[in-house]
Amino acid sequence: MSPIIARLTGGVPRRALILLGLFVLFMLIAPALVGDYLLTVLILVLYFAYIGQAWNIMMGFAGQLSLGHALYVGLGAYTAAALYVHFGIGPWLGLLVAVPVAVLAGAVIGFLAFRFRVAGVYFAILTIAVAEFARVGFDHLSWTSGSSGLFLPVAQYTHNDLWHLRGHPAMFYYVMLAATILVFIGSRLILKSRLGYYCLAIREDEQAARASGINTFRYKMYAVMISAGMTSFAGVFYAFYYNNLFPEQVFSIGRSIEIILAPLVGGVGTLIGPVFGAFVLQGLAEGLHALLDTFGVDIPGIKHVFFGVVLLVVVIALPEGIWPWIARRLGLAERN
Amino acid sequence: MPLDIYLNVAAGGILAGLVYGLMALGLSVIFGMVRVVNFAHGEMMAIAMYLALLAFGLFGVDPLLMIVPCAAVLFGFGYVLQGALINRFITRPEHSQFLLMVAIAIIITNIQLIAFGPDARSVQTPYAFDSYQLGRLIVDADKLYGAIAALIVAAALFAFFRFTRTGTAIRACADNYTGAQIVGLNVKRLYALTFGLGCACVGAAGAILMVSADVTPQFGPIATLQAFVIVIAGGLGSMVGALLGGVLIGLTAAMAGLLFTPSAKAMFVYGILVLVLLFLPQGIMGKKPS
Repeated sequence: MSPIIARLTGGVPRRALILLGLFVLFMLIAPALVGDYLLTVLILVLYFAYIGQAWNIMMGFAGQLSLGHALYVGLGAYTAAALYVHFGIGPWLGLLVAVPVAVLAGAVIGFLAFRFRVAGVYFAILTIAVAEFARVGFDHLSWTSGSSGLFLPVAQYTHNDLWHLRGHPAMFYYVMLAATILVFIGSRLILKSRLGYYCLAIREDEQAARASGINTFRYKMYAVMISAGMTSFAGVFYAFYYNNLFPEQVFSIGRSIEIILAPLVGGVGTLIGPVFGAFVLQGLAEGLHALLDTFGVDIPGIKHVFFGVVLLVVVIALPEGIWPWIARRLGLAERN
Repeated sequence: MPLDIYLNVAAGGILAGLVYGLMALGLSVIFGMVRVVNFAHGEMMAIAMYLALLAFGLFGVDPLLMIVPCAAVLFGFGYVLQGALINRFITRPEHSQFLLMVAIAIIITNIQLIAFGPDARSVQTPYAFDSYQLGRLIVDADKLYGAIAALIVAAALFAFFRFTRTGTAIRACADNYTGAQIVGLNVKRLYALTFGLGCACVGAAGAILMVSADVTPQFGPIATLQAFVIVIAGGLGSMVGALLGGVLIGLTAAMAGLLFTPSAKAMFVYGILVLVLLFLPQGIMGKKPS
């Protein structure tokens, strides 16, 4: 076995690998099995799984609680959309600008916070404040049309244009699926590398990590920058999938909170957790919706109340998240 | 005369800041005594604001007369919440408490969204356009009443903690948790009481704020952030600091609104937060970390 494969699969029980393979296979053929509506739900699931995975690198690996990840989504979305609207630069080239912008923002926040020992709750507040700062700032930025919103030109497409991300939802589905798989593999490689082990050491006991000679500042910076860069891709996707951007929506505190629900419910610090959490949350929400529908009740916004309740129950009863609990019972947990 | 404009706006900012200070005082009391970070603080204020709005809409009750009822309702809410849920989280890690409050905040905001819709609601009091002239200074009546009410509530809270046996007992719990248990204080009950009092503060602030501000469900999360900014600027856990921080933030926002554009004033408030976090992490009145 090549060392990379060994690093990816080492210690994972065979049945867990088989289940994971079957799951990926199912996701690959899913568009042929489900209708248009369910496809959009699956896109949403993958979107939250992807961002959850990116957020997880900061909180789950390095223990730095960010409650302002909407900042990186928004920066990615606005950078790519503005380049497309103003200069006709496509999303993949735009990504080459969007990612550095988000990484830079993460680096500035990280540098200020870690240099000046802003930690714990203060760090979380700082991340929210910077995202809010960006929201109000973009409200006044005329280059991106301020609070009146930035719109991408939309037309009826006869074929899927992958290069410009214009086309049928199925194309967006496969783009997000590929991204989710890549970020999953990437997270696993990070977790099993020196970077990952150092991050875990910092999460568990920062003083002890520093005493063991780990440059905690540097590795926390890496975690923030990697997480910010990965998150910005979700923003680019968001811009080209929804075709409209409003600072009020993209940067709002509610968005930042929405992002962290999947990994919190699934299991912070685990790799399956964010994916599992996204499925559980959206799945349960759709179930609830269908249930209410059969009774003829339609309460807009009930989904988010429900998300809050699920988070409440998980935080009280399963603070580690649902996945570690299931994995232990089914014998899918990794052996050390 | 331009100087008059600056003075008037500054006075308005200070008066509004006292109400924000009262809101933040609640957060500071909860953190200082119970050591819990109430991330649902602004959402709780929105509850009080909607209560005042309903009372005005249904019975024409002036929001300022709703201060005591709102404070009482929020006290009950906080007492039950602390007793039933948060007490179990006292020994959990900090971020775990934080996320518990996030969950509660999500639930509150979205129930409000379902019940009242996303539109901004406001109350039209008979004195909304009245003003007082003090020499060259002109102050809005609603802001002046609000600031006076906020000061009265804050003074009552100070007096409670300073002069009553229960208040002293609560401070004892904050100073030495184990010691308080040894001398036979019912710490859990006192914590619930304190959390309730912090919520009562924010309830009173909500009723007062309803006189001069709009309320939307989305106002909750932003108010939470503002309360944190104020408390961090004033010094986490310091009661005087919370009021001073409120005045500082109110003044900053008002001046920024005058000198730049009103819709961008929040940026200056967050700017203050960043500066305080970096250069004065213990806040204006906070103790140096030991």
